[in-house]
Amino acid sequence: MDFSSIPAALPALWEGMQTTLLLLVLGVLGGVLLGTLLAMLRLSHNPLLAGIAATYVNYFRSIPLLLVITWFYFAVPFVLREITGEDTPVGAFASCLVAFVMFEAAYFCEIVRAGIQSIPRGQMSAAQALGMTYGQSMRLIILPQAFRKMTPLLLQQSIILFQDTSLVYSVGLMDFLNAARSRGDIVGQPHELLLVAGLVYFIVSFAASQLVKRLQKRLTP
Amino acid sequence: MISIRNVSKWYGDFQVLSDCTTEVRKGEVVVVCGPSGSGKSTLIKCVNALEPFQQGDIVVDGTSLAAPKTDLPKLRARVGMVFQHFELFPHLTVTENLTLAQIKVLGRDKAEATEKGLALLDRVGLKAHAHKHPGQLSGGQQQRVAIARALAMDPVVMLFDEPTSALDPEMVNEVLDVMVQLAQEGMTMMCVTHEMGFARKVANRVIFMDSGSIVEDCATEAFFGDISARSERARQFLAKILPH
Repeated sequence: MDFSSIPAALPALWEGMQTTLLLLVLGVLGGVLLGTLLAMLRLSHNPLLAGIAATYVNYFRSIPLLLVITWFYFAVPFVLREITGEDTPVGAFASCLVAFVMFEAAYFCEIVRAGIQSIPRGQMSAAQALGMTYGQSMRLIILPQAFRKMTPLLLQQSIILFQDTSLVYSVGLMDFLNAARSRGDIVGQPHELLLVAGLVYFIVSFAASQLVKRLQKRLTP
Repeated sequence: MISIRNVSKWYGDFQVLSDCTTEVRKGEVVVVCGPSGSGKSTLIKCVNALEPFQQGDIVVDGTSLAAPKTDLPKLRARVGMVFQHFELFPHLTVTENLTLAQIKVLGRDKAEATEKGLALLDRVGLKAHAHKHPGQLSGGQQQRVAIARALAMDPVVMLFDEPTSALDPEMVNEVLDVMVQLAQEGMTMMCVTHEMGFARKVANRVIFMDSGSIVEDCATEAFFGDISARSERARQFLAKILPH
């Protein structure tokens, strides 16, 4: 083992990590947003809307993420061409982001749905009794309480997503893992760089999940 | 003020309200009692449309609930409701509980809403607790805040759904005191409660329900005064809950 090439590789690795983190943050934000929307649809009294949302969630939870990533890599440019009528290069990052948001939304949806259902029904009654509309009651009363309860679960899911971002290597996006691999190939030390990459994934994920555990303790007195 | 006309309601095949008709006039205090499962809570929740009903109509201050065009949130904003389990919003402070709906529903500005909220909080004797969260208050205190929260909307009528049933015995009176005061000031009130002392003291009328029907609907003095004139079911109920 020869780790002499690591210091020189750090800028490239950091660049890869930035891509990974950007994908993670945007993926989580978009996923939670779409997931919340799906959760509200699933809980709506309209059977058609609830059915569509349930189908979406069940579908995306039943197929591998790798498939979604590669599929969207081809599908996103194709769909855009159908809409705009011209070729629009979107790049691997954008298509991966769309894939992550759509895939993770299915998982976030179930977390948010459980969170909403954990709030006593009387809270909705009380909000509505004060004259709030259904939307206001959700936004001002139910969701703030639900999100507080489910923060640990959302973070846990985000840690899983952090690891899953490495799947973007399949469409050639230079994330952290891909940066380590290609750098290793260039300097002829693939094993060493992969070891370092593994260590970094471990440290980040483990530290983050320890933090989540602490937060969970604080939130549940 | 409230006119309940031939209201019936079903959960699937099970009828929870059958042909209920009664009236609550302006300034009147009406107590609704009856054994559990008699439909009294369901009936009071129908009055502000928290529970839908399939037949009949309820008219609140001139607004028909059965009319399809009725703006229910707007109607509910004029009807105060106090719940058995308080239902304060735990993620907000007491002050925010008192002001949120004033600001978001009535469009009052924050200063006005806060002033109004704090004045009412003072009235229920809890001004010192304004900055706290509901979880830091006792049950009786929470229920008093809940009453103040409903009053902050300047309701034309107040509904109470078993406001003291979830309280420890020593806290019942502090809540009843607020309700008595409210009644004496002329607030129109419809109260589902088993507190017969409260009923005797301030109620103009007592409604007794059983199996989804209104069995008795008479003046308070008559209800408690001449028990032999009451229906069999009401007599049985009174025998069980009146002090020995």
